[in-house]
Amino acid sequence: MDINKYIHKYASPKTFYPLAGRLIPWFAGVTAVLLAVGLYQGLFVAPPDYQQGDSVRIMFIHVPAAWMSMFIYVVMAVAGAMGLVWNVKIAEVLARSCAPIGASFTVLALATGSLWGKPMWGTWWAWDARITSELILLFLYIGFMALQASIDDPKRAARAAAILALVGVVNIPIIHFSVEWWNTLHQPASVTKMGKPSIHISLLIPLLLMMLAFNVYFITVLLMRMRNEILERERHTSWVAETVEPPRPAPSRRAAAKG
Amino acid sequence: MSATLLSATLCVVRRDLTVALRRVQDVLTPVIFFAIIVALFPLGVGPEPGMLAALAPGVLWVAALLSTMLSLPRMFANDYADGTLEQLLLAPQPLAVLVLGKISAHWLLTGLPLVVLSPLFALQLQLPANAVPTLVLSLLLGTPVLSLLGAIGAALTLGLRGGGVLISLLVLPLYTPVLIFGAGSVAAAVTGIDTEAYNSLLGAFLVLTLTFAPWATAAALRVSLD
Amino acid sequence: MSGSEFFAMGPYGFYVWTSYGLAAVILIVNVLLPLRRRKTVQRQLEEFYRVQKESR
Repeated sequence: MDINKYIHKYASPKTFYPLAGRLIPWFAGVTAVLLAVGLYQGLFVAPPDYQQGDSVRIMFIHVPAAWMSMFIYVVMAVAGAMGLVWNVKIAEVLARSCAPIGASFTVLALATGSLWGKPMWGTWWAWDARITSELILLFLYIGFMALQASIDDPKRAARAAAILALVGVVNIPIIHFSVEWWNTLHQPASVTKMGKPSIHISLLIPLLLMMLAFNVYFITVLLMRMRNEILERERHTSWVAETVEPPRPAPSRRAAAKG
Repeated sequence: MSATLLSATLCVVRRDLTVALRRVQDVLTPVIFFAIIVALFPLGVGPEPGMLAALAPGVLWVAALLSTMLSLPRMFANDYADGTLEQLLLAPQPLAVLVLGKISAHWLLTGLPLVVLSPLFALQLQLPANAVPTLVLSLLLGTPVLSLLGAIGAALTLGLRGGGVLISLLVLPLYTPVLIFGAGSVAAAVTGIDTEAYNSLLGAFLVLTLTFAPWATAAALRVSLD
Repeated sequence: MSGSEFFAMGPYGFYVWTSYGLAAVILIVNVLLPLRRRKTVQRQLEEFYRVQKESR
Protein backbone atom coordinates (compact mmCIF):
# COMPACT_ATOMS: atom_id res chain seq x y z
CA MET A 1 0.00 0.00 0.00
CA ASP A 2 1.63 3.28 -1.00
CA ILE A 3 1.92 6.06 1.57
CA ASN A 4 -0.98 8.12 0.24
CA LYS A 5 -3.46 5.29 0.47
CA TYR A 6 -2.08 4.45 3.91
CA ILE A 7 -2.71 8.00 5.17
CA HIS A 8 -6.16 8.11 3.61
CA LYS A 9 -7.07 4.83 5.21
CA TYR A 10 -6.13 5.86 8.74
CA ALA A 11 -7.42 9.38 8.31
CA SER A 12 -10.90 7.97 8.02
CA PRO A 13 -12.66 7.98 11.38
CA LYS A 14 -13.98 4.50 10.75
CA THR A 15 -10.48 3.00 10.59
CA PHE A 16 -8.96 5.32 13.16
CA TYR A 17 -11.42 4.38 15.89
CA PRO A 18 -10.49 0.70 16.27
CA LEU A 19 -6.82 1.45 15.63
CA ALA A 20 -6.80 3.96 18.47
CA GLY A 21 -8.62 1.43 20.62
CA ARG A 22 -5.85 -1.09 20.09
CA LEU A 23 -3.06 1.44 20.68
CA ILE A 24 -4.38 2.94 23.92
CA PRO A 25 -3.47 0.03 26.23
CA TRP A 26 0.10 -0.03 24.87
CA PHE A 27 0.63 3.69 25.31
CA ALA A 28 -0.94 3.51 28.75
CA GLY A 29 1.47 0.77 29.73
CA VAL A 30 4.49 2.67 28.50
CA THR A 31 3.26 5.78 30.33
CA ALA A 32 2.95 3.87 33.58
CA VAL A 33 6.46 2.46 33.28
CA LEU A 34 8.01 5.81 32.38
CA LEU A 35 6.17 7.55 35.21
CA ALA A 36 7.25 4.93 37.71
CA VAL A 37 10.91 5.11 36.71
CA GLY A 38 10.84 8.89 36.40
CA LEU A 39 9.26 9.37 39.82
CA TYR A 40 11.69 6.95 41.39
CA GLN A 41 14.62 8.79 39.87
CA GLY A 42 13.19 12.19 40.69
CA LEU A 43 12.16 11.58 44.26
CA PHE A 44 14.70 9.04 45.49
CA VAL A 45 17.79 8.89 43.34
CA ALA A 46 18.39 12.52 42.36
CA PRO A 47 20.32 14.42 45.02
CA PRO A 48 19.08 17.71 46.45
CA ASP A 49 20.40 20.76 44.65
CA TYR A 50 23.26 22.75 46.15
CA GLN A 51 21.27 25.99 46.17
CA GLN A 52 17.63 24.97 46.03
CA GLY A 53 17.70 21.86 48.17
CA ASP A 54 14.85 19.42 47.72
CA SER A 55 12.60 22.02 46.11
CA VAL A 56 14.46 21.35 42.87
CA ARG A 57 12.33 18.20 42.60
CA ILE A 58 9.41 20.43 41.68
CA MET A 59 11.28 21.07 38.45
CA PHE A 60 10.64 17.48 37.39
CA ILE A 61 6.95 18.32 37.25
CA HIS A 62 7.06 22.00 36.32
CA VAL A 63 9.37 21.88 33.31
CA PRO A 64 7.69 18.92 31.57
CA ALA A 65 4.27 20.47 32.25
CA ALA A 66 5.34 23.81 30.78
CA TRP A 67 6.85 22.09 27.78
CA MET A 68 3.67 20.06 27.19
CA SER A 69 1.51 23.18 27.46
CA MET A 70 3.38 24.79 24.61
CA PHE A 71 3.93 21.66 22.55
CA ILE A 72 0.24 20.73 22.67
CA TYR A 73 -0.75 24.22 21.55
CA VAL A 74 1.45 23.88 18.49
CA VAL A 75 0.04 20.41 17.75
CA MET A 76 -3.44 21.90 18.11
CA ALA A 77 -2.64 24.73 15.70
CA VAL A 78 -1.02 22.43 13.11
CA ALA A 79 -3.92 19.97 13.28
CA GLY A 80 -6.31 22.89 12.97
CA ALA A 81 -4.46 24.13 9.91
CA MET A 82 -4.68 20.68 8.32
CA GLY A 83 -8.38 20.57 8.97
CA LEU A 84 -8.81 24.06 7.56
CA VAL A 85 -6.74 23.60 4.42
CA TRP A 86 -7.33 19.95 3.49
CA ASN A 87 -10.66 19.33 5.18
CA VAL A 88 -9.37 16.33 7.10
CA LYS A 89 -11.98 15.43 9.70
CA ILE A 90 -9.54 13.53 11.88
CA ALA A 91 -7.37 16.63 12.12
CA GLU A 92 -10.38 18.59 13.38
CA VAL A 93 -11.09 15.93 15.98
CA LEU A 94 -7.45 15.90 17.02
CA ALA A 95 -7.31 19.67 17.52
CA ARG A 96 -10.49 19.73 19.57
CA SER A 97 -9.30 16.87 21.77
CA CYS A 98 -5.93 18.51 22.43
CA ALA A 99 -7.31 21.63 24.04
CA PRO A 100 -8.44 20.43 27.50
CA ILE A 101 -5.25 18.39 27.90
CA GLY A 102 -3.08 21.36 26.98
CA ALA A 103 -5.03 23.62 29.30
CA SER A 104 -4.57 21.13 32.16
CA PHE A 105 -0.81 21.11 31.67
CA THR A 106 -0.81 24.91 31.57
CA VAL A 107 -2.62 25.01 34.91
CA LEU A 108 -0.16 22.49 36.31
CA ALA A 109 2.78 24.53 35.03
CA LEU A 110 1.38 27.69 36.60
CA ALA A 111 0.62 26.03 39.92
CA THR A 112 3.98 24.27 40.20
CA GLY A 113 5.71 27.43 39.03
CA SER A 114 4.04 29.27 41.86
CA LEU A 115 4.89 26.51 44.36
CA TRP A 116 8.50 26.53 43.21
CA GLY A 117 8.64 30.29 43.28
CA LYS A 118 7.38 30.72 46.82
CA PRO A 119 10.40 29.16 48.58
CA MET A 120 12.77 30.69 46.02
CA TRP A 121 11.46 34.22 45.72
CA GLY A 122 9.31 34.42 48.83
CA THR A 123 6.14 35.26 46.94
CA TRP A 124 3.26 33.12 45.67
CA TRP A 125 2.82 35.00 42.50
CA ALA A 126 5.68 36.75 40.76
CA TRP A 127 4.96 38.42 37.45
CA ASP A 128 8.04 36.97 35.87
CA ALA A 129 8.17 36.68 32.11
CA ARG A 130 7.66 32.97 31.81
CA ILE A 131 4.81 32.65 34.32
CA THR A 132 3.03 35.62 32.76
CA SER A 133 3.43 34.15 29.26
CA GLU A 134 2.10 30.86 30.62
CA LEU A 135 -0.93 32.69 32.03
CA ILE A 136 -1.64 34.27 28.66
CA LEU A 137 -1.29 30.83 27.08
CA LEU A 138 -3.99 29.61 29.47
CA PHE A 139 -6.28 32.37 28.22
CA LEU A 140 -5.55 31.29 24.66
CA TYR A 141 -6.60 27.73 25.52
CA ILE A 142 -9.73 28.86 27.32
CA GLY A 143 -10.66 31.08 24.37
CA PHE A 144 -10.19 28.16 22.00
CA MET A 145 -12.43 25.90 24.10
CA ALA A 146 -15.03 28.62 24.69
CA LEU A 147 -15.26 29.36 20.98
CA GLN A 148 -15.77 25.70 20.11
CA ALA A 149 -18.33 25.33 22.86
CA SER A 150 -20.35 28.27 21.54
CA ILE A 151 -20.69 26.91 18.02
CA ASP A 152 -23.09 24.04 17.49
CA ASP A 153 -22.04 22.98 14.01
CA PRO A 154 -18.88 20.88 14.47
CA LYS A 155 -17.47 21.91 11.09
CA ARG A 156 -17.80 25.63 11.71
CA ALA A 157 -16.57 25.19 15.26
CA ALA A 158 -13.45 23.36 14.13
CA ARG A 159 -12.65 25.85 11.37
CA ALA A 160 -13.24 28.95 13.50
CA ALA A 161 -11.17 27.55 16.35
CA ALA A 162 -8.42 26.60 13.89
CA ILE A 163 -8.17 30.22 12.71
CA LEU A 164 -8.02 31.32 16.33
CA ALA A 165 -5.30 28.79 17.14
CA LEU A 166 -3.23 29.89 14.14
CA VAL A 167 -3.54 33.56 15.06
CA GLY A 168 -2.53 32.56 18.57
CA VAL A 169 0.48 30.54 17.47
CA VAL A 170 1.77 33.46 15.41
CA ASN A 171 1.30 35.77 18.37
CA ILE A 172 2.90 33.57 21.02
CA PRO A 173 6.50 34.54 20.19
CA ILE A 174 5.45 38.20 20.04
CA ILE A 175 3.65 37.93 23.36
CA HIS A 176 6.58 36.15 24.96
CA PHE A 177 9.03 38.75 23.70
CA SER A 178 6.83 41.58 24.96
CA VAL A 179 6.40 40.04 28.38
CA GLU A 180 10.11 39.25 28.60
CA TRP A 181 10.92 42.89 27.85
CA TRP A 182 8.22 44.17 30.23
CA ASN A 183 9.58 42.03 32.98
CA THR A 184 13.21 43.13 32.69
CA LEU A 185 12.00 46.70 32.80
CA HIS A 186 9.93 46.39 35.94
CA GLN A 187 11.85 43.78 37.89
CA PRO A 188 14.48 45.21 40.25
CA ALA A 189 17.93 43.94 39.37
CA SER A 190 18.37 42.15 42.67
CA VAL A 191 15.69 39.54 41.99
CA THR A 192 17.33 36.32 40.88
CA LYS A 193 15.86 35.05 37.65
CA MET A 194 15.06 31.36 37.48
CA GLY A 195 17.88 31.26 35.01
CA LYS A 196 19.13 28.48 32.78
CA PRO A 197 22.24 27.18 34.50
CA SER A 198 23.81 24.12 32.96
CA ILE A 199 21.96 21.22 34.49
CA HIS A 200 23.71 18.37 36.23
CA ILE A 201 23.32 14.91 34.74
CA SER A 202 21.74 13.51 37.90
CA LEU A 203 18.94 16.03 37.56
CA LEU A 204 18.72 15.68 33.79
CA ILE A 205 17.80 12.00 33.87
CA PRO A 206 14.58 12.32 35.90
CA LEU A 207 13.70 15.46 33.94
CA LEU A 208 13.95 13.68 30.60
CA LEU A 209 12.11 10.64 31.92
CA MET A 210 9.22 12.76 33.19
CA MET A 211 9.21 14.71 29.93
CA LEU A 212 8.93 11.47 27.98
CA ALA A 213 6.31 10.13 30.37
CA PHE A 214 4.14 13.23 29.93
CA ASN A 215 4.45 12.99 26.15
CA VAL A 216 3.32 9.35 26.01
CA TYR A 217 0.58 10.16 28.54
CA PHE A 218 -0.60 12.92 26.25
CA ILE A 219 -0.88 10.49 23.34
CA THR A 220 -2.81 8.04 25.50
CA VAL A 221 -5.47 10.45 26.75
CA LEU A 222 -5.59 12.20 23.38
CA LEU A 223 -6.57 8.93 21.68
CA MET A 224 -9.19 8.33 24.38
CA ARG A 225 -10.73 11.73 23.79
CA MET A 226 -10.59 11.38 20.04
CA ARG A 227 -12.53 8.14 20.16
CA ASN A 228 -15.36 9.81 22.06
CA GLU A 229 -15.36 12.76 19.69
CA ILE A 230 -15.48 10.46 16.66
CA LEU A 231 -18.45 8.51 18.01
CA GLU A 232 -20.37 11.73 18.48
CA ARG A 233 -19.52 13.29 15.15
CA GLU A 234 -20.07 10.10 13.16
CA ARG A 235 -23.28 9.05 14.86
CA HIS A 236 -25.16 9.11 11.58
CA THR A 237 -23.04 6.30 10.17
CA SER A 238 -23.91 2.63 10.41
CA TRP A 239 -20.54 1.63 11.83
CA VAL A 240 -21.08 3.87 14.85
CA ALA A 241 -24.60 2.54 15.25
CA GLU A 242 -23.18 -0.96 15.31
CA THR A 243 -20.43 0.02 17.76
CA VAL A 244 -22.89 1.59 20.17
CA GLU A 245 -25.48 -1.14 19.87
CA PRO A 246 -23.82 -4.29 18.56
CA PRO A 247 -26.44 -6.13 16.46
CA ARG A 248 -27.76 -9.07 18.43
CA PRO A 249 -26.90 -12.43 16.90
CA ALA A 250 -29.84 -14.34 15.41
CA PRO A 251 -31.50 -16.58 18.03
CA SER A 252 -30.43 -20.24 17.84
CA ARG A 253 -32.88 -22.86 16.63
CA ARG A 254 -33.03 -24.40 20.06
CA ALA A 255 -34.05 -21.14 21.69
CA ALA A 256 -36.62 -20.58 18.97
CA ALA A 257 -38.02 -24.11 19.48
CA LYS A 258 -38.26 -23.49 23.25
CA GLY A 259 -40.01 -20.14 22.91
CA MET B 1 -19.51 48.11 -14.23
CA SER B 2 -17.12 46.87 -11.59
CA ALA B 3 -15.73 49.51 -9.31
CA THR B 4 -12.00 49.85 -8.83
CA LEU B 5 -10.68 48.38 -5.63
CA LEU B 6 -10.02 51.72 -4.01
CA SER B 7 -13.40 53.20 -4.83
CA ALA B 8 -15.15 50.04 -3.63
CA THR B 9 -13.29 50.19 -0.34
CA LEU B 10 -13.99 53.88 0.12
CA CYS B 11 -17.61 53.12 -0.60
CA VAL B 12 -17.60 50.62 2.26
CA VAL B 13 -15.98 53.13 4.60
CA ARG B 14 -18.42 55.86 3.66
CA ARG B 15 -21.41 53.57 4.09
CA ASP B 16 -20.28 52.35 7.49
CA LEU B 17 -19.70 55.89 8.72
CA THR B 18 -23.09 57.03 7.50
CA VAL B 19 -24.92 54.13 9.09
CA ALA B 20 -23.04 54.48 12.37
CA LEU B 21 -23.59 58.19 12.63
CA ARG B 22 -27.31 57.60 12.37
CA ARG B 23 -27.04 55.75 15.63
CA VAL B 24 -24.90 58.21 17.50
CA GLN B 25 -25.18 56.40 20.80
CA ASP B 26 -23.20 53.50 19.33
CA VAL B 27 -20.38 55.90 18.58
CA LEU B 28 -20.50 57.65 21.92
CA THR B 29 -20.57 54.48 24.04
CA PRO B 30 -16.81 53.75 23.91
CA VAL B 31 -15.98 57.37 24.70
CA ILE B 32 -18.38 57.48 27.61
CA PHE B 33 -17.06 54.16 28.86
CA PHE B 34 -13.53 55.54 28.71
CA ALA B 35 -14.64 58.57 30.69
CA ILE B 36 -16.28 56.37 33.31
CA ILE B 37 -13.16 54.27 33.81
CA VAL B 38 -10.99 57.35 34.12
CA ALA B 39 -13.40 58.80 36.66
CA LEU B 40 -13.68 55.59 38.68
CA PHE B 41 -9.98 55.00 39.13
CA PRO B 42 -9.21 57.94 41.41
CA LEU B 43 -12.32 57.05 43.38
CA GLY B 44 -10.92 53.60 43.82
CA VAL B 45 -7.25 54.29 44.52
CA GLY B 46 -7.39 57.74 46.08
CA PRO B 47 -6.75 61.22 44.70
CA GLU B 48 -3.07 61.53 45.60
CA PRO B 49 -1.52 63.14 42.50
CA GLY B 50 1.83 61.35 42.60
CA MET B 51 0.22 57.91 42.65
CA LEU B 52 -2.31 58.79 39.98
CA ALA B 53 0.45 60.07 37.73
CA ALA B 54 2.35 56.81 38.18
CA LEU B 55 -0.75 54.78 37.34
CA ALA B 56 -1.95 57.04 34.55
CA PRO B 57 -0.17 55.47 31.57
CA GLY B 58 -1.45 52.00 32.44
CA VAL B 59 -4.95 53.14 33.36
CA LEU B 60 -5.37 55.19 30.19
CA TRP B 61 -4.22 52.31 28.04
CA VAL B 62 -6.34 49.69 29.79
CA ALA B 63 -9.31 52.03 29.46
CA ALA B 64 -8.65 52.35 25.72
CA LEU B 65 -8.45 48.56 25.48
CA LEU B 66 -11.71 47.97 27.34
CA SER B 67 -13.56 50.66 25.41
CA THR B 68 -12.44 49.11 22.14
CA MET B 69 -13.46 45.63 23.27
CA LEU B 70 -16.88 47.01 24.13
CA SER B 71 -17.40 48.24 20.60
CA LEU B 72 -16.20 45.11 18.79
CA PRO B 73 -19.47 43.16 18.58
CA ARG B 74 -20.90 46.05 16.63
CA MET B 75 -18.35 45.70 13.84
CA PHE B 76 -20.09 43.00 11.87
CA ALA B 77 -23.22 42.13 13.83
CA ASN B 78 -25.61 44.61 12.25
CA ASP B 79 -24.52 43.85 8.71
CA TYR B 80 -24.73 40.15 9.45
CA ALA B 81 -28.29 40.54 10.72
CA ASP B 82 -29.61 42.39 7.68
CA GLY B 83 -27.74 40.45 5.01
CA THR B 84 -25.35 43.20 3.94
CA LEU B 85 -22.39 41.13 5.01
CA GLU B 86 -23.28 38.33 2.63
CA GLN B 87 -23.36 40.85 -0.19
CA LEU B 88 -19.89 41.93 0.77
CA LEU B 89 -18.70 38.33 0.56
CA LEU B 90 -20.20 37.96 -2.89
CA ALA B 91 -18.57 41.12 -4.23
CA PRO B 92 -15.88 40.64 -6.88
CA GLN B 93 -13.33 42.66 -4.94
CA PRO B 94 -11.02 40.76 -2.60
CA LEU B 95 -12.78 40.41 0.73
CA ALA B 96 -9.67 41.24 2.74
CA VAL B 97 -9.54 44.75 1.27
CA LEU B 98 -13.24 45.41 1.81
CA VAL B 99 -12.81 44.18 5.36
CA LEU B 100 -9.98 46.67 5.77
CA GLY B 101 -12.50 49.33 4.79
CA LYS B 102 -14.88 48.20 7.52
CA ILE B 103 -12.10 48.12 10.07
CA SER B 104 -11.00 51.62 9.08
CA ALA B 105 -14.53 52.88 9.59
CA HIS B 106 -14.62 51.18 12.97
CA TRP B 107 -11.37 52.82 13.99
CA LEU B 108 -12.51 56.24 12.81
CA LEU B 109 -15.55 55.88 15.05
CA THR B 110 -13.91 54.22 18.05
CA GLY B 111 -10.16 54.70 18.15
CA LEU B 112 -9.85 58.17 16.71
CA PRO B 113 -12.21 59.82 19.26
CA LEU B 114 -10.14 58.21 22.02
CA VAL B 115 -6.93 59.55 20.51
CA VAL B 116 -8.40 63.04 20.25
CA LEU B 117 -9.90 63.07 23.74
CA SER B 118 -7.02 61.36 25.51
CA PRO B 119 -5.24 64.60 26.55
CA LEU B 120 -8.36 65.56 28.45
CA PHE B 121 -8.46 62.26 30.32
CA ALA B 122 -4.71 62.38 30.86
CA LEU B 123 -5.21 65.69 32.60
CA GLN B 124 -7.76 64.13 34.95
CA LEU B 125 -5.25 61.46 35.93
CA GLN B 126 -2.46 63.93 36.55
CA LEU B 127 -0.30 62.71 33.70
CA PRO B 128 2.60 65.16 33.35
CA ALA B 129 2.19 67.42 30.33
CA ASN B 130 5.44 66.31 28.72
CA ALA B 131 4.08 62.77 28.38
CA VAL B 132 0.83 63.75 26.66
CA PRO B 133 2.22 63.86 23.09
CA THR B 134 3.66 60.37 23.62
CA LEU B 135 0.28 59.23 24.88
CA VAL B 136 -1.46 60.56 21.82
CA LEU B 137 1.09 59.00 19.49
CA SER B 138 0.97 55.64 21.23
CA LEU B 139 -2.81 55.59 21.01
CA LEU B 140 -2.69 56.72 17.40
CA LEU B 141 -0.44 53.79 16.54
CA GLY B 142 -2.06 51.35 18.93
CA THR B 143 -5.81 51.77 18.55
CA PRO B 144 -5.80 50.73 14.87
CA VAL B 145 -4.05 47.52 15.98
CA LEU B 146 -6.82 47.00 18.53
CA SER B 147 -9.46 47.42 15.83
CA LEU B 148 -7.59 45.11 13.44
CA LEU B 149 -7.10 42.31 15.95
CA GLY B 150 -10.58 42.85 17.33
CA ALA B 151 -12.02 42.35 13.87
CA ILE B 152 -10.71 38.78 13.85
CA GLY B 153 -12.49 38.10 17.12
CA ALA B 154 -15.68 39.76 15.91
CA ALA B 155 -15.65 37.73 12.68
CA LEU B 156 -15.09 34.44 14.48
CA THR B 157 -17.98 34.99 16.89
CA LEU B 158 -20.57 36.19 14.39
CA GLY B 159 -24.07 35.28 15.46
CA LEU B 160 -22.97 33.43 18.57
CA ARG B 161 -24.54 33.85 21.96
CA GLY B 162 -22.05 35.03 24.56
CA GLY B 163 -21.09 37.83 22.18
CA GLY B 164 -19.11 40.56 23.84
CA VAL B 165 -17.57 38.51 26.60
CA LEU B 166 -16.47 35.78 24.21
CA ILE B 167 -14.81 38.31 21.88
CA SER B 168 -13.00 39.86 24.81
CA LEU B 169 -11.71 36.46 25.91
CA LEU B 170 -10.44 35.74 22.42
CA VAL B 171 -8.66 39.03 21.74
CA LEU B 172 -7.35 39.73 25.23
CA PRO B 173 -4.19 37.61 24.85
CA LEU B 174 -3.53 39.19 21.49
CA TYR B 175 -3.81 42.69 22.93
CA THR B 176 -1.15 42.22 25.58
CA PRO B 177 1.92 43.21 23.49
CA VAL B 178 0.26 46.44 22.34
CA LEU B 179 -0.74 47.23 25.91
CA ILE B 180 2.74 46.55 27.25
CA PHE B 181 4.49 48.75 24.74
CA GLY B 182 1.81 51.42 24.52
CA ALA B 183 1.68 51.99 28.25
CA GLY B 184 5.44 51.47 28.43
CA SER B 185 6.11 54.29 26.01
CA VAL B 186 4.03 56.72 28.04
CA ALA B 187 5.66 55.62 31.28
CA ALA B 188 9.06 56.14 29.67
CA ALA B 189 8.06 59.62 28.54
CA VAL B 190 7.05 60.51 32.09
CA THR B 191 10.54 59.71 33.37
CA GLY B 192 12.14 61.49 30.43
CA ILE B 193 13.46 58.39 28.65
CA ASP B 194 13.58 58.55 24.88
CA THR B 195 10.56 56.82 23.37
CA GLU B 196 11.86 56.24 19.87
CA ALA B 197 12.26 52.49 20.35
CA TYR B 198 8.70 52.16 21.65
CA ASN B 199 7.25 54.13 18.78
CA SER B 200 9.15 52.03 16.27
CA LEU B 201 7.85 48.85 17.87
CA LEU B 202 4.29 50.13 17.95
CA GLY B 203 4.66 51.11 14.32
CA ALA B 204 5.99 47.65 13.53
CA PHE B 205 2.99 46.06 15.25
CA LEU B 206 0.72 48.25 13.17
CA VAL B 207 2.37 47.26 9.91
CA LEU B 208 2.40 43.58 10.86
CA THR B 209 -1.25 43.62 11.88
CA LEU B 210 -2.27 45.58 8.78
CA THR B 211 -0.75 42.80 6.70
CA PHE B 212 -2.32 39.73 8.24
CA ALA B 213 -5.42 40.80 10.20
CA PRO B 214 -7.72 41.72 7.26
CA TRP B 215 -6.82 38.41 5.62
CA ALA B 216 -7.48 36.40 8.81
CA THR B 217 -10.72 38.33 9.33
CA ALA B 218 -11.86 37.55 5.78
CA ALA B 219 -11.13 33.85 6.36
CA ALA B 220 -13.05 33.97 9.63
CA LEU B 221 -16.01 35.69 7.94
CA ARG B 222 -16.15 32.96 5.30
CA VAL B 223 -16.12 30.31 8.02
CA SER B 224 -18.87 32.06 9.94
CA LEU B 225 -21.10 32.65 6.98
CA ASP B 226 -20.92 29.35 5.13
CA MET C 1 17.55 9.15 53.76
CA SER C 2 15.26 8.12 56.58
CA GLY C 3 11.52 7.93 56.05
CA SER C 4 10.64 11.09 57.96
CA GLU C 5 13.48 13.00 56.31
CA PHE C 6 12.13 11.94 52.94
CA PHE C 7 8.69 13.34 53.65
CA ALA C 8 10.12 16.54 55.05
CA MET C 9 12.12 17.26 51.88
CA GLY C 10 14.26 19.73 53.76
CA PRO C 11 12.09 22.72 54.59
CA TYR C 12 10.24 22.34 51.31
CA GLY C 13 7.99 19.39 52.04
CA PHE C 14 4.72 21.26 51.57
CA TYR C 15 5.75 22.71 48.21
CA VAL C 16 7.18 19.52 46.78
CA TRP C 17 4.33 17.27 47.85
CA THR C 18 1.64 19.72 46.81
CA SER C 19 3.25 19.93 43.38
CA TYR C 20 3.41 16.17 42.99
CA GLY C 21 -0.08 15.83 44.42
CA LEU C 22 -1.46 18.37 41.95
CA ALA C 23 0.29 16.56 39.12
CA ALA C 24 -1.29 13.29 40.24
CA VAL C 25 -4.73 14.90 40.41
CA ILE C 26 -4.40 16.39 36.95
CA LEU C 27 -3.09 13.21 35.38
CA ILE C 28 -5.84 11.12 36.99
CA VAL C 29 -8.63 13.57 36.14
CA ASN C 30 -7.57 13.64 32.50
CA VAL C 31 -7.92 9.88 32.36
CA LEU C 32 -11.21 9.72 34.24
CA LEU C 33 -12.91 12.44 32.20
CA PRO C 34 -12.74 10.62 28.85
CA LEU C 35 -13.78 7.37 30.55
CA ARG C 36 -16.82 9.05 32.00
CA ARG C 37 -17.57 10.78 28.72
CA ARG C 38 -17.56 7.42 26.98
CA LYS C 39 -20.41 6.30 29.21
CA THR C 40 -22.33 9.53 28.60
CA VAL C 41 -21.84 9.28 24.84
CA GLN C 42 -23.00 5.68 24.95
CA ARG C 43 -26.16 6.67 26.77
CA GLN C 44 -26.86 9.64 24.52
CA LEU C 45 -26.33 7.70 21.32
CA GLU C 46 -28.52 4.82 22.50
CA GLU C 47 -31.27 7.38 23.08
CA PHE C 48 -30.55 8.96 19.69
CA TYR C 49 -30.90 5.64 17.87
CA ARG C 50 -34.02 4.75 19.82
CA VAL C 51 -35.67 7.99 18.80
CA GLN C 52 -34.52 7.45 15.24
CA LYS C 53 -36.07 3.97 15.14
CA GLU C 54 -39.36 5.17 16.61
CA SER C 55 -39.74 8.00 14.15
CA ARG C 56 -39.40 5.65 11.18
